[in-house]
Amino acid sequence: MTNASKTATKPKVAFFDFACCEGCQLQVANLGESLLDILGAIDVVEFREVMSEKWDKDYDVAIIEGSITDHHAEERIKKIRARSRVLIAYGACACIGGVNGMKNSFELDEIRRCVYGKDFKLFDSVKTRPVHQVVKVDYFVNGCPIYPPELVEVLKCALRGLPYTVPDNPVCVECKLNENVCMYDRGVSCLGPWTKAGCNSWCVNNGNICYGCRGEVKNPAKNAASDVIGKYKLSAGLIKNKFEMYNKCKEGDINGGK
Amino acid sequence: MAVNKDLDIKVEYVTRVEGHGNIVVNVKNGKIEKSEFHVVESPRLFEGMLRGRSVFEAQHITSRICGICSCGHSLASIEAAEDALGVTPSAQTIKLRKLLLDYEFLDSHILHVYLLAAPDILGVPSFVPLIKTHNAVVRRALRMKKACNDVCDILVGRHVHPISAIAGGFTKLPRPKDLDAQIKLLEDLGEDMAETLKLAATLKFPDFHRETEYVALVSDDGDYPLLTGEIGSTDGKRFKKKDYRKATNEFVDPRSSAKFTKLSRESYFVGALARFNLNYDKLHPEAKKVAVALGFKPVCHNPYLNTVAQVIEIVHCYHHALEILRDLKKNGVDYSQELVVGVNEKGAIPVRAGDGVGAVEVPRGILFHNYETDAKGLIKQANCIIPTNQNINNIEHDFAKLLPEIITRSKEEITLALEMLVRAYDPCISCSTHYLNVTFVD
Repeated sequence: MTNASKTATKPKVAFFDFACCEGCQLQVANLGESLLDILGAIDVVEFREVMSEKWDKDYDVAIIEGSITDHHAEERIKKIRARSRVLIAYGACACIGGVNGMKNSFELDEIRRCVYGKDFKLFDSVKTRPVHQVVKVDYFVNGCPIYPPELVEVLKCALRGLPYTVPDNPVCVECKLNENVCMYDRGVSCLGPWTKAGCNSWCVNNGNICYGCRGEVKNPAKNAASDVIGKYKLSAGLIKNKFEMYNKCKEGDINGGK
Repeated sequence: MAVNKDLDIKVEYVTRVEGHGNIVVNVKNGKIEKSEFHVVESPRLFEGMLRGRSVFEAQHITSRICGICSCGHSLASIEAAEDALGVTPSAQTIKLRKLLLDYEFLDSHILHVYLLAAPDILGVPSFVPLIKTHNAVVRRALRMKKACNDVCDILVGRHVHPISAIAGGFTKLPRPKDLDAQIKLLEDLGEDMAETLKLAATLKFPDFHRETEYVALVSDDGDYPLLTGEIGSTDGKRFKKKDYRKATNEFVDPRSSAKFTKLSRESYFVGALARFNLNYDKLHPEAKKVAVALGFKPVCHNPYLNTVAQVIEIVHCYHHALEILRDLKKNGVDYSQELVVGVNEKGAIPVRAGDGVGAVEVPRGILFHNYETDAKGLIKQANCIIPTNQNINNIEHDFAKLLPEIITRSKEEITLALEMLVRAYDPCISCSTHYLNVTFVD
């Protein structure tokens, strides 16, 4: 192995986690031995979950997992951005706020008191934000968890400086190709018609519904969507409530929140 | 030994653990003023966020508490939801859930033993330098990790955030070819398992002992209890799952705002070592053989050896999983039990107001979920007590006994010994939604 001589030229990649379950990082370990091929092309300089090593210079690529949910995190992400050439938002919590966004449906003091009791003020917490509402993001890897083949694609683009376009058609497109019976026809509601594809309709393939973890398509077919809601006699409130499990932070984009 | 020594250790973000934790130690004139382990994960407020959500969504949401333990959280959540709804799972469902837990244990323990704990024992900062020096070992670890991940993918759609395991049962059941594929993946691991045991036999651990209480599920049947049973302890306590609060006795320590747990004495231990100490007799014969070969006997009071107990459980879960798979293959799977539930729009499962408890062994120890639901099946209140939260009190008591024993060593050696101790517990701080300590000292 000639790692030592190559290290100088290999791109320096670091992983950072914010408020999240760290499952998307774990998807990296789940790549198995092909992880070693990736590690042959890059130099992972920080990855706290599996490494004790630290790096004090700039990063070529910073991979950010998790949402920004307190003041300390906000300062930390700004510092990381300043040291990073390319920044990737990695997983639903980083890309769209994910399940952390459900917090934004509650009044902050009230929900903190509910979990921590009278000492709730000791627990710093601000409205959940996805990374792009705090600093500039160059690439997005969506999903809860991320879909590993997409990570490899995005990494290839990021390392070569090429753009990566997240598919902007609904999950239904992939679901049809996979020949799944529509969940609406099986009697339950599903967020496939509103949600960005790219996961290969992972959940529906396994008999469950789409929960909207990859975020909303840019131009949802609103008429078709109301047709679906009408045809299956669903309340719009039911769909909205389901959508807020992952997509509550979208309000921050609509309100121009940066 | 009287040592007039000053020591000030602050390890920020202990590495190679799941989540963020700090170690804070202050010694003045040989007297320990502070020896604490702080969880510094930003609060995610899961229990608050669950309010108003359908109990049928609880599995999906709480699985996101932790990526490593997502199957365990799913199963505790499902049990709590079913208990609240009054649903009794079928024998086939229980069998498949036990299989899923076996996979969760295999996956998590292999990750911990190889990638998170072994670097300490081999004296390197992470598995990355081992790619060069111990390439075959790293390849084996990644291969085993991937195989565990793959069997989970086949069984429940994926390991990180399982898809098909829901309250009521499964949305998709394994076809015969799926059972064959899982059996093959496990059988192909045979050689790697044998090598793992050889490696385990060479690992050396610090010699440290502190008697404490060990808490885990116990049962009266022959099964090593991971999913079913009651709460038991090495001090002879026993409680129904419903009475979990009597076992955990959460209390606030005046010196911090954290919630600790205790039962019969100042602290208790949960995790592989607790299960080993309480349920040794019920381990798979192959796992017992390995324990005997390693000279590892209950009751063991060395917390560092939690890693060895994990190795024993790897063997147990491996053989137990294969037995379940072969049984399913032989007796067939009843596919009429496949469910479509969603948020129960079509009332597939009758809903009632209730208060349900789930208590499941997950790799790091016993995990409790508790949901109170209204007549529509919406969650009114939720409570989760996570293994790592229960262990923090015990870790700090270990610190207090360990520090005087090693105080003459260098600061670096002491720091490493403390970090290794924390890592031996395999703490999962992402899980610690219920515990948070923001008392900093400098």
